[in-house]
Amino acid sequence: MSEHELDTHHTRKLLAGQLSRFLPAEAVLTTEEDLRPYECDGLSAYHRLPLMAVLPETIEQVQAVLQLCQRENVPVVARGAGTGLSGGALPLSNGVLLSLAKFNRILEVDPINRTARVEPGVRNQAISEAVASHDLFYAPDPSSQIACTIGGNVAENSGGVHCLKYGLTVHNVLQVKLLTIEGEALTLGGSGLDAPGYDLLALMNGSEGMLGIITEITVRLLPRPQQTRVIMAGYNDIAHAGEAVGAIIAAGIIPAGLEMMDNPAIRAAEAFVHAGYPEEAAAILLCELDGTDEEVNEQSTQVEQLLHHSGASTLRVAHDAEEQLLLWKGRKAAFPAVGRISPDYYCMDGTIPRKRLPEVLTRIGEMSKEYGLPVANVFHAGDGNLHPLILYDANQPGELERTEELGGKILELCVEVGGTITGEHGVGIEKINQMCVQFKPVELEYFHAVKESFDPDHLLNPGKAVPTLHRCAEFGAMHVHHGELPHPELERF
Amino acid sequence: MNGDDTQVLQAKIHDALARGTRLQIEGGGSKSFYGQTITGEVLSTQRHRGIINYESTELVLTARGGTPLSEVETALAKHNQMLPFEPPHFGDAATLGGTIACGLSGPRRPYVGAARDYVLGCRVLTGKGDVLHFGGEVMKNVAGYDVARLMTGAMGTLGVLLDISLKILPQPANEVTLGLDMSPDEALQAMNHWAGQPVPLSAAVHDGSSLMMRLSGAASAVAHAQQLIGGEPFANSKDYWLSIREHTHPFFNDTRPLWRLSLAPAHPPLKLEGDTLLDWGGAQRWMLSSESPEAIRHAVEEAGGHATLFSPHEINADIFQPLPGGLKQLHQRLKHAFDPDGILNPGRMYPDM
Repeated sequence: MSEHELDTHHTRKLLAGQLSRFLPAEAVLTTEEDLRPYECDGLSAYHRLPLMAVLPETIEQVQAVLQLCQRENVPVVARGAGTGLSGGALPLSNGVLLSLAKFNRILEVDPINRTARVEPGVRNQAISEAVASHDLFYAPDPSSQIACTIGGNVAENSGGVHCLKYGLTVHNVLQVKLLTIEGEALTLGGSGLDAPGYDLLALMNGSEGMLGIITEITVRLLPRPQQTRVIMAGYNDIAHAGEAVGAIIAAGIIPAGLEMMDNPAIRAAEAFVHAGYPEEAAAILLCELDGTDEEVNEQSTQVEQLLHHSGASTLRVAHDAEEQLLLWKGRKAAFPAVGRISPDYYCMDGTIPRKRLPEVLTRIGEMSKEYGLPVANVFHAGDGNLHPLILYDANQPGELERTEELGGKILELCVEVGGTITGEHGVGIEKINQMCVQFKPVELEYFHAVKESFDPDHLLNPGKAVPTLHRCAEFGAMHVHHGELPHPELERF
Repeated sequence: MNGDDTQVLQAKIHDALARGTRLQIEGGGSKSFYGQTITGEVLSTQRHRGIINYESTELVLTARGGTPLSEVETALAKHNQMLPFEPPHFGDAATLGGTIACGLSGPRRPYVGAARDYVLGCRVLTGKGDVLHFGGEVMKNVAGYDVARLMTGAMGTLGVLLDISLKILPQPANEVTLGLDMSPDEALQAMNHWAGQPVPLSAAVHDGSSLMMRLSGAASAVAHAQQLIGGEPFANSKDYWLSIREHTHPFFNDTRPLWRLSLAPAHPPLKLEGDTLLDWGGAQRWMLSSESPEAIRHAVEEAGGHATLFSPHEINADIFQPLPGGLKQLHQRLKHAFDPDGILNPGRMYPDM
């Protein structure tokens, strides 16, 4: 054993001994075999074994874990279902991976006040299922909703295809209970619609496990809409599809979902699910309207006219639930569909002002040619959130690195046109360098100060979401000298 | 008249830091009654004004903090759009910066969201004199902590709001207000029942004798919901909702202290002496009461809510519900991070912040 390995071995043994005082043996994982499932989240290009993993099942146990880690100066990375796409739950080799998977109970459903109080390990979709009998639902629906947990949703401020109308996680959470790194219990928000003092509830949403460990969440529930309708329009010119989106919004209509796919994405999806998409189209728009029967009928007529006038080459209205599902299936299967035509793909997550879409797609096309890597684009058109999927082959030497470089360029383009490097996937470890492009050093300093207000010793998910100024300086240097490997400290496939 | 006054404001912060002067941030002064009365040199945002960017089809507006709220609303109305959270003005001079700093929202709030829900980004001048930009002009943005929302409702104690970007929405195509005579208990039940149904509810108030419910949306949907709910359509509905939003409704014409109670919407009426107007479908309750602040605070806390002493300030009490120990420390640390010398609106929110 090297000196470093000896150190690790020693710390692991010491910590495991102390943890065993308040955790059952099966809740403390230390062997490589047991730790392997925790080596990465949904961004599997980055992986690393944690020092150890713990699976507590009571709040007192979580509290004791945090107090121990603080005393021993050991970092803690929280994890829900591990479906995140930015490496936010990537473990630290000197840190404890804190799984909240056992906190999977729905504690209370209050149909009158339209809220559900749940533990952080409850799956997103399980909430809507549990309240369906009251004709209520939980609105944010990230595409991983069958598997992802509500705790992870709060940590990432997750979105979904319906957030133009229903908002992100931050708009749908009323209260969060958390433990600080000191193990102190805090309640943010309340049973009403606001709380006294600073809006720490908003701050907690999207904080990527850097400020506290969430132990309970109260979400807002909405009445399930009576009716939904899906309309698909094909376009020969992607700019016209973009104009159609503007026309719908100018008409005062906020659709429940408004999605766009470009030609490579259409072809991949059509080959996979046979949704009946026009394969020759430059772009398709999927527009979902929901509301009362009357509202949907009225708006549907309006939208069909608008799409027609905006130069749609094909127009299709799904008349029954089955046809609606089929039209959505192509969109929802876009990622795996791309996965079928390429050994690997890398999903980006920038947001841009919607009007800049044609220009951004043109420039992504140029960069795609320059790097020799095909890109398919899926776009939450209503809110400007763009998901370029870069197709690559990790077995080709250097291709992952070129893919990451192209991805970084795309995100920088998003910032350049007035957008952001991440709309809903979070910064995690993946986009940490691009944070240096989006924010000035002084702004990053304030982010660090916010973190230190909660976590003075930087023990909660350190090294994620907000880069150090040192790192940004190095990244700036790396920008000049292309070809250097980003994140040399990380293992790779 | 429109212009960027950032440099002047920044210089004034540096000057205040050098002289150890406390500053009182002021836009139009329309909400100076809100929060604890403080002393300090006035830092006016009035010269930092104007809409910077507004494109109706992007559903985003960016304006300087000193821009009159009415100017923003007029610009939006030209495109049949609106600030969805229906902010109260409390005076003609109200500015956008003051509106966001106070974080107040009107009757539409429970159905579409609060001021903080529509804040996409801001440029802010901190108590250290730094000009920072958080968030942006796009709907979805999870890069960095959500400092823009942290600033909303912070009453200027963390920074001067220079520019604010907001998500905006189309005005509803149709609105109808229905009035139904019933008791407060019945009204709480009815408000919460309809809020759980797929009807386009956009406001629900009980003002002592009647439940008033506003429906907003496509003409056919409003008409259908009107049939379901029943009651009498109210002719002067715009004026009515304005009187609720601006506190010009006769209910507010009273000499007793006005309390704002924030509770779970269906919570039964609290056993406190006084008169109550139920707003936000029951989640915001305006109470005129001479009960002691301690009794009121205790009752709302028991009910899982909080109380704000809205006006007047003659009684000697905290304006906002006191924070428990751990949260209080966290607030102080955040205040220290953004305003270490405590020069920005010190004491406006809590005595030691």
